[in-house]
Amino acid sequence: MTKQNLFEKVWDAHAVGELQNGQTQLFVGRHLIHEVTSPQAFGMLREKNLPVRYPERTFATVDHIVPTNETQEPYSDPLADAMIKELRKNCSDFGVTFFDTDTGKQGIVHVVGPEQGLTQPGMTIACGDSHTSTHGAFGAIAFGIGTSQVRDLLATQTMALGKLKVRRIEVNGSLKSGIYAKDVILHIIKLLGVNGGTGYAYEYAGDVFDSFSMEERMTACNMSIEGGARAGYVNPDAKTYAYLKGRPYSPNDNDWDDAVSKWASFGSDEGCHYDDVVKIDAADIGPTVTWGINPSQAIGIDESIPDPALAQTKDRASIEEAIEYMKISPGAPIKGTPIDVAFIGSCTNGRISDLEEVASQLNGHKVKDGIKAIVVPGSQVVSKLAEEKGLDKIFRDAGFEWRFAGCSMCLAMNPDKLIGDQLCASSSNRNFKGRQGSPTGRTMLMSPTMVAAAAITGVITDSREVFSA
Amino acid sequence: MPLEKISQVSGSAVYVPGDDIDTDRIIPARFMKCLTFDGLGEYLFYDMKFHENGEQKDHPLNDALYQNASVMLTGMNFGCGSSREHAPQSLFRAGFRAVIAGNFAEIFFGNSINLGMPCVSVSNDVRNSIAEWVGENPSGQVLVDIKDLKVRAGDHSFTCDLRPGARDSLLNGAWDPLDELLEANHAIESIHGNLAYT
Repeated sequence: MTKQNLFEKVWDAHAVGELQNGQTQLFVGRHLIHEVTSPQAFGMLREKNLPVRYPERTFATVDHIVPTNETQEPYSDPLADAMIKELRKNCSDFGVTFFDTDTGKQGIVHVVGPEQGLTQPGMTIACGDSHTSTHGAFGAIAFGIGTSQVRDLLATQTMALGKLKVRRIEVNGSLKSGIYAKDVILHIIKLLGVNGGTGYAYEYAGDVFDSFSMEERMTACNMSIEGGARAGYVNPDAKTYAYLKGRPYSPNDNDWDDAVSKWASFGSDEGCHYDDVVKIDAADIGPTVTWGINPSQAIGIDESIPDPALAQTKDRASIEEAIEYMKISPGAPIKGTPIDVAFIGSCTNGRISDLEEVASQLNGHKVKDGIKAIVVPGSQVVSKLAEEKGLDKIFRDAGFEWRFAGCSMCLAMNPDKLIGDQLCASSSNRNFKGRQGSPTGRTMLMSPTMVAAAAITGVITDSREVFSA
Repeated sequence: MPLEKISQVSGSAVYVPGDDIDTDRIIPARFMKCLTFDGLGEYLFYDMKFHENGEQKDHPLNDALYQNASVMLTGMNFGCGSSREHAPQSLFRAGFRAVIAGNFAEIFFGNSINLGMPCVSVSNDVRNSIAEWVGENPSGQVLVDIKDLKVRAGDHSFTCDLRPGARDSLLNGAWDPLDELLEANHAIESIHGNLAYT
């Protein structure tokens, strides 16, 4: 039999047929929706008088617009209030399961899917959100899609898509202590560029991904799109199955062994074909921070802001634009850059292990006076678990605000926004101009532990120097 | 109703320079608090066009010479970032009917084709030549020829690129795939029934 990689196997199992334009009609087994990119799609269904084809394959939650400091409806923002009510109505009208704010299951869609057991190996998954690649951590093929494709999925459970090439990215060796999955993915994007993944799905592999927990794999897969790759995945293994065991939507005990052998069969075959292979040495990865206005503009904590005068001609304009926007100086060390806000949360780094890791290091440390520091759990499940473990108290005692679950300051569609040109040390995924809600606001991306170190010292810091004791 | 067959788009053009222009710049997230795409044209490049106090910035889209432009010319990796269809919708609703760029981010490209808005790629040299021509002829017509894969401006004709599947969908009036997807009823049912998961 022909040797295949996971992407090809999952693709073939879901291909309905070829469309006139040469694209594949792909069946999507799991469709996740939220309040921002779905209302127009439901509107289009109503216009065409179409039903939802398989409502049991779509699951909804509300994340982008929810306030994190109030739970009472109506929300103070009337537009946000209209959006949650519209989603509630659409789910009810079309028979879609909605993890509403009173279910204890609400949260960021890419945190909720895995923790409910909805995300499983060998699936095709899509959601109107580019960070859907997160679900690839389980050996699923997961795509971020536009609203017209949300409509297509609701109406037919299929969408039109061109097949991607596959690039295997192996990170071998062991990571130095104090280096996290976030540093690994920022390093990969820095090496391959913000559009290096165009046309590809990324298969992450090697010693480092083998040893990563499921949540670390999710952090890395989450940011595939920041490197231009439409999907990213890790082959399923014993950790994947152990994570899924006993989750609400996971197979039950009677079906478990069959499910695992089916899941395992989707793994890439030894010696299969890849369109490209990149090998990275784990020892080369240090604490990594972005300095610019896209996620590939990143450097090690001991490095300096690039000097456009020394850059290649093609990069010069971008570097100049970024330096001007970020109000930083060419050649200056990144370490010591003053911050105003610290944000821990998002679909990249808002899971329980992220919060545990930071909390375990905080003992006695306090957020520096004048720094606004917030922790936003990725879901109500994460929030409850964290509170049971007393993490909320540790964060509060250290001077962080402890919030309700949502996307929050990652994209600031709720009231959590930067003000003016505040600089935010952020565990989120994008440092685009204006991303965190102020048109002149500035973002530096880093691991949650690095965010905490910056909150404590008030400046961009090597967390290993703060938390060494 | 059959879709329009799009073999060429023409109109005056505007050059918005820059590489890696992301979807948050095309339409800031705060304007996505809406239930329909209506009215999004107003917010196209909002934070690039306006200061926080509402005063206009120096931006090509604020230039009186380019107010009627329907073809946008821009740099590399246009539309990177979010999957929000709000981005191409805001361009379309602001009157744009084609984008010429160095190249495009994947999801943005797909979303644009689905709206019937061609996105063609050109080399740096071609981009610079078109930009120069547009600067000299702000109301001149730029024609994006999908069939011949050419961008024509005045006496000039430049080569452009568009992947074959997208090109065919535009030429055949099949850029919105929904009707074709709906036709595969039995094949859909069969995969739904055979999958190991529901």
